[in-house]
Amino acid sequence: MHDSRPGRRVAIVAGLRTPFAKSGTVFREVSATGLARHAARELLVRTELDGREVDEVIFGQVVPSVRVPNVAREVSLLPQLLPSVPAYSLNRACASAAQAITNAADQIALGHADVVLAGGVESLSDIPVLHSRRFSQILVEAGKAKTMGRRLGTLARTRPKDLVPVTPAVAEPSTGETMGQSAEKMAKENGISRDAQDRLALQSHQRAAAATDDGRLTAEIAPWFGGPGMDEIVTADNGIRADSSLEALAQLRPVFDRRYGTVTAGNASPLTDGAAAVLLMAEDKAVALGYQPLAFLRSYAVAAVDPGWQLLMGPVYAVPRALERAAIAWSDLGLVEIHEAFASQVLSNVQAWGSAAWAERLGLAGPVGEVDWERTNVMGGSIAIGHPFGATGARLVTTLAHEMVRRDVQFGLISICAQGGMGSALVLERD
Amino acid sequence: MSAFTTAVENGIAVVTFDLPGEPVNKLTDAVKVEFEALLIRLRDDTTIRAAVLISGKPDSFIAGADIEEFTALTTESAAERLSFEGQEMVNRVETLPTPVVAAIHGACLGGGLELALACHYRIATDHPKTQLGLPEVQLGLIPGAGGCQRLPRLIGARAALDMILTGKSERSGKALRLGLVDELVPPSILRLAAVTAADRLAREGVPKRKARGGLSDLALDRTAAGRRLVYRAAERQVQAKSGGHYPAPLRALEAVRIGLEQGITAGLAAEHHAFGELAVGEVSRKLVQVFFATSALKKDDGIPPGSAVPRQVRRLGIVGAGFMGAGIAGTAALHVEVDTRLKDADLTRVGKGLKLAGKVLAERYQRRRLTRSQYERLSALLSGGADYRGFARADLVIEAVFEDLALKRQVLAEVEAVTRPEAIFASNTSTIPIHDIAAEARRPDRVLGMHFFSPVEKMPLLEVIPTEATDPEAVITAVRFGRRMGKTVIVVADRPGFWVNRILSPYLNEAAVLLAEGVPIEVVDRTMTAWGFPVGPIALLDEVGLDVAQKAGSVMHAAFGDRLRPPETLARLLADGRLGRKNGRGFYRYHDGHKAGVDDSVYGLIGVRPIENADVTVIERRLVFALLNEAAMALEDGAVRSPRDGDIGALFGFGFPAFRGGPLRLIDDLGAQKVVDTLRDLEDVHGARFSPAGGLISLILQGGRYYPA
Repeated sequence: MHDSRPGRRVAIVAGLRTPFAKSGTVFREVSATGLARHAARELLVRTELDGREVDEVIFGQVVPSVRVPNVAREVSLLPQLLPSVPAYSLNRACASAAQAITNAADQIALGHADVVLAGGVESLSDIPVLHSRRFSQILVEAGKAKTMGRRLGTLARTRPKDLVPVTPAVAEPSTGETMGQSAEKMAKENGISRDAQDRLALQSHQRAAAATDDGRLTAEIAPWFGGPGMDEIVTADNGIRADSSLEALAQLRPVFDRRYGTVTAGNASPLTDGAAAVLLMAEDKAVALGYQPLAFLRSYAVAAVDPGWQLLMGPVYAVPRALERAAIAWSDLGLVEIHEAFASQVLSNVQAWGSAAWAERLGLAGPVGEVDWERTNVMGGSIAIGHPFGATGARLVTTLAHEMVRRDVQFGLISICAQGGMGSALVLERD
Repeated sequence: MSAFTTAVENGIAVVTFDLPGEPVNKLTDAVKVEFEALLIRLRDDTTIRAAVLISGKPDSFIAGADIEEFTALTTESAAERLSFEGQEMVNRVETLPTPVVAAIHGACLGGGLELALACHYRIATDHPKTQLGLPEVQLGLIPGAGGCQRLPRLIGARAALDMILTGKSERSGKALRLGLVDELVPPSILRLAAVTAADRLAREGVPKRKARGGLSDLALDRTAAGRRLVYRAAERQVQAKSGGHYPAPLRALEAVRIGLEQGITAGLAAEHHAFGELAVGEVSRKLVQVFFATSALKKDDGIPPGSAVPRQVRRLGIVGAGFMGAGIAGTAALHVEVDTRLKDADLTRVGKGLKLAGKVLAERYQRRRLTRSQYERLSALLSGGADYRGFARADLVIEAVFEDLALKRQVLAEVEAVTRPEAIFASNTSTIPIHDIAAEARRPDRVLGMHFFSPVEKMPLLEVIPTEATDPEAVITAVRFGRRMGKTVIVVADRPGFWVNRILSPYLNEAAVLLAEGVPIEVVDRTMTAWGFPVGPIALLDEVGLDVAQKAGSVMHAAFGDRLRPPETLARLLADGRLGRKNGRGFYRYHDGHKAGVDDSVYGLIGVRPIENADVTVIERRLVFALLNEAAMALEDGAVRSPRDGDIGALFGFGFPAFRGGPLRLIDDLGAQKVVDTLRDLEDVHGARFSPAGGLISLILQGGRYYPA
């Protein structure tokens, strides 16, 4: 079932990631560059690809370090690749790696590249901590001062509050609302109960634990050699709790609205460090190099809503567009991966896709589709596995592609909500 | 064809030195004649205001004197004259009315640096290939063209002695800090910077160099009393390092001292006297022979010339992430800059191996031999896993697993299953014959041995071992790869123990026999360090590891019979859980990784009481002649291709004293007949293991020397 989209068909040849680790744990001492390079190099090793074949590197990162603003270039300067490989980093918030993958696909479809390494990374253990605006201005002014006296005079204007460091916020610049407050708002406005959120979180942990035990998740992970002796081996994500229970989840206090809230640390994704990479090729190139692609990228779409409304509803718009571009219906989907930023967000998205009222709002003849949880997030999701902002999209593509092969599924969908009211959707296909 | 071309522009003569037909510039006799004529022109041509001396070679300024010419010197007076003439030539540069700027890119060594020191200004490039040094002592000589005089005057006695007495080279950054060069520039503007400086010097005169350094400089370098302390410390260091076997450093120290304390004329005289004596002396002769042998080996690929071309190694696979495997990985990443994949049975071992391999790089980075970005780049070459993923792209796989034939065969089979048919498999075995490992190979033509020595990053030798079936392409690939790793490579035959371990075997056995007779450990070791070895045989056993030595011993015993039967000593120590340095318990005690004296409880274990007044002459004779005899035997067996390879193997493989040239050279020097006589005497007292090698007997019949006289 081929459609008539222009350009060459884009194969997803392989994907690999580091373990995902709660920030401040095993990757405390590791830079984002180190994580990204590890995922990329191990992917090259596992695919036995000659590094000289890679034409471009694209990586997503949401909170880049001040010293390495273009992490993708550091990846493309791996000695296994040619130094002449161009690279850029991008930021589409939590959909950054997905964006890196679709940008790569565009370049391949256009014939600008045959082989692209796309992925993403986040290290929230290694975030830039900035000075206040006023202190920065004082420093700049002092730096320009011609005499020592004037320099000291300028510096003397510093007030204690100027020295309070500024850390990157997980808040909307336009509204000042934090991500958690948005999730709380969505839970209330869409009537998502605490129990429903906790049940989704429990499912996420149980499924991720099972997929770790049976090796489906660990197969996508390049082990990390941690610790000062490099002998503390990390082979799995450290946020997954096999022993999680509804009772334990119910015990947790709401974080963003202590009185009436329902969003807890248990039903939200944790701050996470990690990197993921996907190897994409033109179909003919993959064949020529002897690869059996996992899947192909069939379509994608990105949408956005007013961040002042329900921040994480972008996927409600993006998914029907992607399906339309793929020329398939929801019922054609054999597997669905929904990024779990918050359980309330996932359940709000799911509710909207299944609703006739929403269909009308979207200008559709009928609802987008009913989520079948037996075919959705079958190996858990970001709540359990973790969510390194820049990397999650590449994890989802890797997981979905592998599971599509295992289940012999023809079509799969990825849905990602992102900061700024954006949503991203990808449709993968197999022959 | 002329070695120098001079272009005068704006009154600045740019003299380009480009010795025809040679990869590097050398100060040959012919060059010197031409240079003298050039000096006359610079002196007499009034249109020339200043000059620049620059090299036309890619990465070499002047590599030094022509060592070939040294070997032609037969008398002390001729050698002394050579030095004197060099001093005179360099003096003429210094006393030219026109200032000369040395524009240095690449190696600036020996006579090259002495010439540069006589120039009035030195500009060096900031390139890593730019190295400045006076390596003469490494050839048993001293800087004989004023280097012992001008260097200490320029950079102070301490810094100068540090360079002259060790012969080490300094990178240009350090040279700038030392005051050895005046400016550091990128290679792209070297010529421009030199011409600009020459013009400035012509107009403003040679700048006065500011006295450098702080209080210690003032106290130690610029007072006679301070310098006396410096000389005494240097002398102690030299004595400790050379063991009294190498005269050159002391003579260099003397020339420096006389020059600084009695004036440059007396210093120059001391310098050329000493040079004359040393140049025709035995030690320098030996060291020069070693230098030539090593240089020749750098061009010897171990196969008939032209019979194969080396494969490019773009990925190296290593199986076994232990101390050896990790050392090979780190050294390959550092020197060959090759993508290296380490494989071991479990990830913890792989991680530890990656850590060890990374240490080779980290150590360089800490010593500022690598920049941060180089370090990061090279580190990214090292990766590993618990499976063979990544091996499909490997061009060369080196196996460094435990010394067990079945295991090695299994690894070979596994590697063959995952690699391309062209991939080469090398075993880093120290004792197991390669054809045994390759017996079940699917592609025996791709199998050979690459025997590294531990620690890999430090030990300079590699034995490459082809079998009868090995393809020449595999041999040349392994040889070239080893050479790029910085090793001196000898190609040896696929016989038990190969070369190095074969000739070591009776030597180490004999040391153990001596112990069993009650000779104290330190007496055995001290006898051999006094003879010139860096460590004694018992300490060497600890270094190698008693388990490894035991294994090697039994292999040798099985292959060669009772002549190489290892004594019980090792087995007893092993039974006591002693492995040598690696577990901190051996013949010696270890404290935080440092040797902390003989462990007296060893005597109880082997059931002897240490005897007093052991006869050192007898100990030395037994150990040395055990080794010489085996070397003759192994050479006769074809274990090594030539006496040259055999001697270099002994020097670089286990520290056979360089001033003795090597075991086969030593047999020549002692006289084969005398060696046989001594062996017969030893045989009478100690038994058949000293029975003279057939090779020695036939050597005598054929005229009696391994090397042409």
